[in-house]
Formats: sequence, structure tokens, C-alpha cells
Amino acid sequence: MLTRRIIPCLDIHGKRVTKGVKFKNNVDLGDPVEMAAKYYDEGCDELVFYDITASAERRPIDIDMVREVAKAVRIPFAVGGGISSVEDMSRALLAGAEKVSVNSLAVVNPQIIADGANAFGAQCIVLGMDPVAAPDKEKFPSGYEITTRGFREHTGMDALEWAKRAVDLGVGEIVVNSVDADGTREGFEIHLTKMIAENVSVPVVASGGAGCSAHLAEVFEKAHADAAIIAGMIHTGEFTIPQIKQELIEAGIPIRKHW
Amino acid sequence: MLAIIDYKAGNLTSVKLGLDTIGVESVITDSADEILSAERVIFPGVGAAGSAMKTLNDTGLADVIRKVAAQGTPFMGICLGTQIILSHSEEDDADCIGLLEGNVIKFQPPNPRDKVPQIGWNSVEIKQQHPIFDGIEEGSEFYFVHSFYPAPKVPEEILGTTEYAGVTFASVMGKGNVVATQFHPEKSGKIGLRLLENFTKWNP
Repeated sequence: MLTRRIIPCLDIHGKRVTKGVKFKNNVDLGDPVEMAAKYYDEGCDELVFYDITASAERRPIDIDMVREVAKAVRIPFAVGGGISSVEDMSRALLAGAEKVSVNSLAVVNPQIIADGANAFGAQCIVLGMDPVAAPDKEKFPSGYEITTRGFREHTGMDALEWAKRAVDLGVGEIVVNSVDADGTREGFEIHLTKMIAENVSVPVVASGGAGCSAHLAEVFEKAHADAAIIAGMIHTGEFTIPQIKQELIEAGIPIRKHW
Repeated sequence: MLAIIDYKAGNLTSVKLGLDTIGVESVITDSADEILSAERVIFPGVGAAGSAMKTLNDTGLADVIRKVAAQGTPFMGICLGTQIILSHSEEDDADCIGLLEGNVIKFQPPNPRDKVPQIGWNSVEIKQQHPIFDGIEEGSEFYFVHSFYPAPKVPEEILGTTEYAGVTFASVMGKGNVVATQFHPEKSGKIGLRLLENFTKWNP
């Protein structure tokens, strides 16, 4: 049976892993390659790295870091932040990333999704989206609006419409990062994740709000997420990946048992 | 030397890095001489069967692969490389290399919650013991990314199976000096590395 994936997320800020709440108050957590190697040893299924200052600093993603991570782990990993062209995608993939994630730049230039999918295959192109609850049902039929640039800008785009359009353009996977749940560690936003997961043909990765194993079990069972991103709950050492996996196995969730 | 066949179908970095990790020297090459004289050959690939077969036919590599298999060189297909050593693929209605008899078929999930492509870790049930499974536990999970699956004609050539989207398909196949996996051992953690290492020590 296909297992549900557990994906630690590492936010990179100046070559270090950091963690903030709603993209603010970032604290230093460690070296990205060392942390990647540790989570790999502990049995995580995949990793994702966001170079969170690349876009703002108008520079490409740190390719040296991608190369170092690729040497250290033998599982797939995605990178995002500072991917603004097919050339950027190509550099990251050739350095050893399995997938590249586009977010704000795809909103400005949706064609990059199609160009990337044509060049490398849909399975390499991930759409990251940051939806926020939006009560105006006329403007936002799904009840969520897409924000960009670290939640700072509202786009006027409906979340579900954007997800469907991105699939038509060729994304192979969608990471749904709830603005409202991000960093709270109070659980994933089930309603939002479920709505996207049930209405697109590609795998959906839940993101934002993971605080304990029960939150992951809930998003897998109730929202039908194919994968879930975790960050603060393991970075702080409060939980370990083997412990989360064991608790999910006990809850009857299909989880990778051999690593 | 182990040759990794380069035919412009996807990214070969991870295959090379996987072999580096287990200390096996390898070369990424499209040279017929290098491939024919290699001690072992890995045939990876990601992408569509039609364009891959066109490149392999145009460059003559399809015949090189048939020769490598016929001369007894240990040969391993991975993902698309596995699919196109069967006789035919539904993808692009492509006639393929034909080292193994059979078809490659698209997933048609009865339940729309089974997304296509299948992306992620799925378990392999070992159907026949084989040196490439040495030290690998029954039910171990490997990393898959694919929309089509192999359907070999000869049941004896099925070494391992996997369930997805309402079908049980051949995820590992073998015949003589040829083995082939639908999953990516090079992206399947330490167990995947073990399978790659088993291949590099295998003397069929």
C-alpha cells in the first residue's frame, strides 16, 4: 500500500535553518545539511528546503547547499525560494533536488509551471500556495484567498481556482500551506486541505500547524492529504520522527516501516 | 566500470550519487563502446516512452542495449528504463526494446483518491528470491514516481509485486542477467542502496 509521507521542512535563512511564526521572529536551529542527515537517518520520507530570503534578496537559490544535501541523503527532496526561471529549476535539479517548488513567482508568471513541466516532467514541479481565509464568498468562492511573498501580499485569487489552474498548467504536486495555521502547532487546517485534496488530480501536501502526531493522523484521515509537512515539533526536539511514525502506525495510518 | 546510460531522459545525478555512496565507481555515458565494454550497466530514466524510444532508436542505443543484454553483462533497468525494456508501452503507443516480453499499462484508479502519478513509498512483496533482494526484508518500501506500470507476459520473470490503484503490478522483474525495478532504488534510502549494492555484486 502507498504510504503517507512525512516531510520535515527546513527554512533556510543565511545558510542556517530557522523557524518563525507566520514568517516572523526567526530563531536559529542549526546547519541544514546536518539536520537533513539526522532526519534522513530517523526515517523521514522526503525533505523540503525553502531558501526564505532568496526572493527578497533577488538571488537564486543556494546551489552549494542543494549539492551538499544531495550528497548527504538518499531520499527525495524539494527546494523552493529563488526559483524564477527554467534555468534556476535546471540548476537545482541537476544539483540533486528531486523537485522544485514555485510559489509567489508562479502567481506572477504562471507560464513557469508549464515551461518547467515540459522541460523536466510534472513530477518535478511543485506548487506551494499560501491561502488565507477570506469571507467574501463572491470574490473567493472557496473561502480562501492566495497570498504571496511570505503572506504579505494579497493576490485577489481564489485558492481552489488557482490550484486547479496550476494542475492544468502541469504541476505534479501542491503544498497547501495555511496562513492561519502556520507556526501555531495547533493542527492543520482540515477544511482547506480537504477541499484542495478532493478537487485536484495530483497529490496534496498539508502544511502549517503540525504540533503532534494526532494532527498528522487527522489530516491524513479526514483531509485525505497524501503527505504532511512538519517543522517546529521536531526542530525543537519535542518529538522525534520515529516516535511520530510509531504513533501514526498505531493509529492505523499507512506509514513506511523499513528504513 | 559501471556504465549509466545517458539518453537525455531525466536526471542521472541521483543514480551516480547513490553509487558514490556505496563506493562503486560509475560513468554516465552515451558511448556505445563504453557501454558494451562496461562490467555492469544501469539503464535509468524519467519521462515519456515515445520520446525516449525515438532517442534510443535514432542514436542506435536501443541496439546497444540489446547487445549488452545478449552478451551477458549484468543489466539493471530503473523506472522508465524498466518500462522500455518491455516489448510495448501504452504511453505514446511506443514499440520498445523487448528484453522482456510484455506491455506497459496506464493506471486507471477505480477510486479517484488514488492519484496518478503514484508518488511516494510503497511496499514490495517478494515473489521469488533473487540475489538483488539479499538482506532486504519482505514488505520493504521503495520510492515510486510513475503513471504507467509493467505487465510482463511471463509470470516466472516477476520477482516482486506492489499494489496501487486497484492493481497488483510487477515492481521488480528479472530474466538471466537482466533485472529491472519500477521504483527508484537510488532514492529509496538505505534499503534502496542495499539493492543497488546487491546489483553491483551480482554475478548471474
